[in-house]
Amino acid sequence: MATRVSLFVTCIVDQFFPQVGMSMVEVLERIGCQVEFPEAQTCCGQPAFNTGYREEARQVARHFLQVFRDAEYIVLPSGSCAAMIAHHFQELFQKEPKWLEEARRLEPRVWEFSKFLLEVAGIEDVGARFDGVVTFHDSCHGLRELGIKEGPRRLLSHVRGLTLREMDRAEECCGFGGTFSVKFPEVSGGMARTKIESIVQTGANFVVSIDASCLMQIRGALSRAGLPVGTMHLAEVLARQ
Amino acid sequence: MSREHILHKTRTALGRSVGQPPAPAPPARLRVPEVDPEARIDAFFRALEALAGKTHRAASPADACAYVAAVTGGKRAVASNAPFLRQCGVTSLPGVETGCTDRDALRAACAAAEFGITSADYALADTGTLVMLSSREEARLVSLLPPVHLAVVPREKILSGLDELLTVLPQPAELTSCMVLITGPSRTADIEQILVRGVHGPGEIHVVVV
Amino acid sequence: MTALYQVNIQKTLGDPQLQSAVYAATGRLIDHRSKVVAPEILPDYQELRTQANLIKKHTVENLDYYLEQFEAQVKAHGGQVVYAREGAEVVDFLARLAKEKGARLIVKSKSMTTEEIELNERLEHHRLETVETDLGEYILQLAHQRPYHIVAPALHMTRYDVADVFSRRLGVESEVVPEKQTRIARNVLRQKFLAADIGVSGANFLVADSGAVVLVENEGNARLATTAPGIHVAVAGIEKIVPRAQDLVVFLKLLGRSATGQPLTVYTSFLSGPRRTGEIDGPDEFYVVLLDNGRTKVLADREKRQSLYCIRCGSCLNHCPVYRKIGGHNYPWVYSGPIGAIISPQFLGLTHDPWLPFASSLCGACAEVCPVKIEIPKLLLELRSEVNKNQRRGRRLERLAFRIWAWVMRHPRIYEMLVLAAASVIGNGESGQWLSRPPALLNRGPLRAWFSQRDLPPPGRSFRQMWRARTRATRG
Repeated sequence: MATRVSLFVTCIVDQFFPQVGMSMVEVLERIGCQVEFPEAQTCCGQPAFNTGYREEARQVARHFLQVFRDAEYIVLPSGSCAAMIAHHFQELFQKEPKWLEEARRLEPRVWEFSKFLLEVAGIEDVGARFDGVVTFHDSCHGLRELGIKEGPRRLLSHVRGLTLREMDRAEECCGFGGTFSVKFPEVSGGMARTKIESIVQTGANFVVSIDASCLMQIRGALSRAGLPVGTMHLAEVLARQ
Repeated sequence: MSREHILHKTRTALGRSVGQPPAPAPPARLRVPEVDPEARIDAFFRALEALAGKTHRAASPADACAYVAAVTGGKRAVASNAPFLRQCGVTSLPGVETGCTDRDALRAACAAAEFGITSADYALADTGTLVMLSSREEARLVSLLPPVHLAVVPREKILSGLDELLTVLPQPAELTSCMVLITGPSRTADIEQILVRGVHGPGEIHVVVV
Repeated sequence: MTALYQVNIQKTLGDPQLQSAVYAATGRLIDHRSKVVAPEILPDYQELRTQANLIKKHTVENLDYYLEQFEAQVKAHGGQVVYAREGAEVVDFLARLAKEKGARLIVKSKSMTTEEIELNERLEHHRLETVETDLGEYILQLAHQRPYHIVAPALHMTRYDVADVFSRRLGVESEVVPEKQTRIARNVLRQKFLAADIGVSGANFLVADSGAVVLVENEGNARLATTAPGIHVAVAGIEKIVPRAQDLVVFLKLLGRSATGQPLTVYTSFLSGPRRTGEIDGPDEFYVVLLDNGRTKVLADREKRQSLYCIRCGSCLNHCPVYRKIGGHNYPWVYSGPIGAIISPQFLGLTHDPWLPFASSLCGACAEVCPVKIEIPKLLLELRSEVNKNQRRGRRLERLAFRIWAWVMRHPRIYEMLVLAAASVIGNGESGQWLSRPPALLNRGPLRAWFSQRDLPPPGRSFRQMWRARTRATRG
């Protein structure tokens, strides 16, 4: 029986990086999963939560909980959204026992994409091929809230033709931070520029990450600086054959 | 007035009442490693040398004395009243003043001296630290005012580290008004993060282990 | 209209020399720390952090008991404890003490608590000469500047800045070599130490079972300031208490390593009371001033009282990518960096600098390195929520926007329609080229802010459109 996976693509991927979602589908199907896409999905509520609007975040979180109530595995291409759903939902519903219970039951079923591959599917080699020199950016929420560090590197190590060059300060924040990027644009931009300095120093052609929001920030800065380095989500690399 | 006010606000904030005993404290965490005496001396020297401290292993009290003599070269030095210094013969070296118990006289002597010579109550092997308790034997300023500090320490005083120190001495306040841990020469990196030694305390430190 | 804090931040970002100095200095502190907390060097580092957090939690939650124990012990060893609700009471106490003893000159060792209450400036009004003796603080005092960093106060100054300050304020010839500059300061300050009537220090820790003040330093100025003058006054926040001398093992192992990468700083002093019978030197009088100044208010907040666990190591500052860009002077209070961002609103009030809790990408680097495990990002998020509730009028538009956003997000069909509409307005078809500016009509607010710094991917077909097409294709 194929593992039933419910995809939560996240609003950023849905709107700006749909190919990341398609890549996830390809990889998951390749390893034998049955992929579903609950169409009523929208957002996890993180933008409101991070900007201090908890009531509004709760409304969106309740919608999420309803949409994914019966999912066995919820797989998503973002460390920050996964952390939001797995950890912060419970903070939001401290005073609502019914929703708190739903959030708790949801926690073990939420999987960031690379963790799902490694820990649920138990697969390190997804049969990918990608000729290129890449460097890897450690997304903050994935790194510090979900412990995602070695996992993606292990997955990349099996990609035929790929060379991974570590950058200095891979763990330094890219400066996105949700609404931080537009409330403090100069600081956010400065942080992005520091990040792309590290990237350029590696000589890599692509920077890879597990979070599309980081890639939006980084690629946006690279593009503005006119630099020929591309960005790819881990799912996109693993989908290549 | 302010006392009552602050204590009251504290209790209210915590939901505690006057005289309420505290919740049980987490047990003090002390892990004393087994380190043999030779290894202690080696570790102590390595740690101190890494901080630009100078070290000497003396085969005997006389050897220790000779080392001190070579360093001070007869120039003005103040030695503390530690009996061990007398036993080693350090207090009779040329240029060495000792036996002072008057605060002002001692301060003046230390301010003028090139060298301050002390023993130590303990030493900590893992960090290259001297532990000195203020007493009638050891005044505070001897290891502080002169630009060079020499300490002559019997090897039995070397402990493995902080854990052992606070195991053998859980209540320093019962013995002294001032216990100081000295780890290397005085330093600063306040200007452009550039390391400069000898800011206010001694810029040079020698430890002789007997 | 750009707010003042934004203007100042932009100025700092536009100063390449300052940017470079701050980034390099914090980078060095990051490296120094990482060497000495590495698992090969300090295998129980994480365990120590857990223990430190537990001890602080316990102490803070039973603070009244430990304050009284501390007080009793100080008295038992011949010292005195003074409680001060706020800075003015500290100043009054010192002024009265100085008057009583005929004191004129005060030497100070580095204390952020005294910066917090602006002690030096206020003492000047009482015609008491107060001299900072920590080299960095001394330079700042001469330059009339606030500390730039909790541990490295003059981080932002170059040797040329220092040469300039010394020649202007001390009348010496301009000297740019740091060793020589240090000599100049040492000579001036030595005279002050030996002539001073009162030595004022802070306290890194207050030990309840010993009535002791613990001072951690590298220069020797704290030792001198608390030994040479006849009177020692330690000024410390009530949260500095730890229960037992034995607890210092955990904190001393974490403080130096986290702050500067030193397993132990050069001098750690454990001072309990004035000199005892038989002791040759040391002060004749010993006072500890226990300062509230808003700490009991923070204590009352169950979630945020962990802010009081802070041992002022400065590690959060060093690792914060925002601090490393905007530097210490862009924070509204003397405490900068992530710790400053969580305590300033609590002490000064939410309306003081409502922007501060939002000036973070929530990367969590601070929480990762905090030796006492304060959950800084969590507290920032709480403060954001509180600011919004507090600033109902100022936030009206933004709250409305999020209300609409939340409504849209609960109605998937509407969400889809809007995404399609946005794509057709902002997007540029399937060219895939990233956009460098928004359509003129939309060039305001968040979109304008985004585009001021970077390009945006062109919204085209959404994932759900692709998914539907694919499902149709596989079926058909």
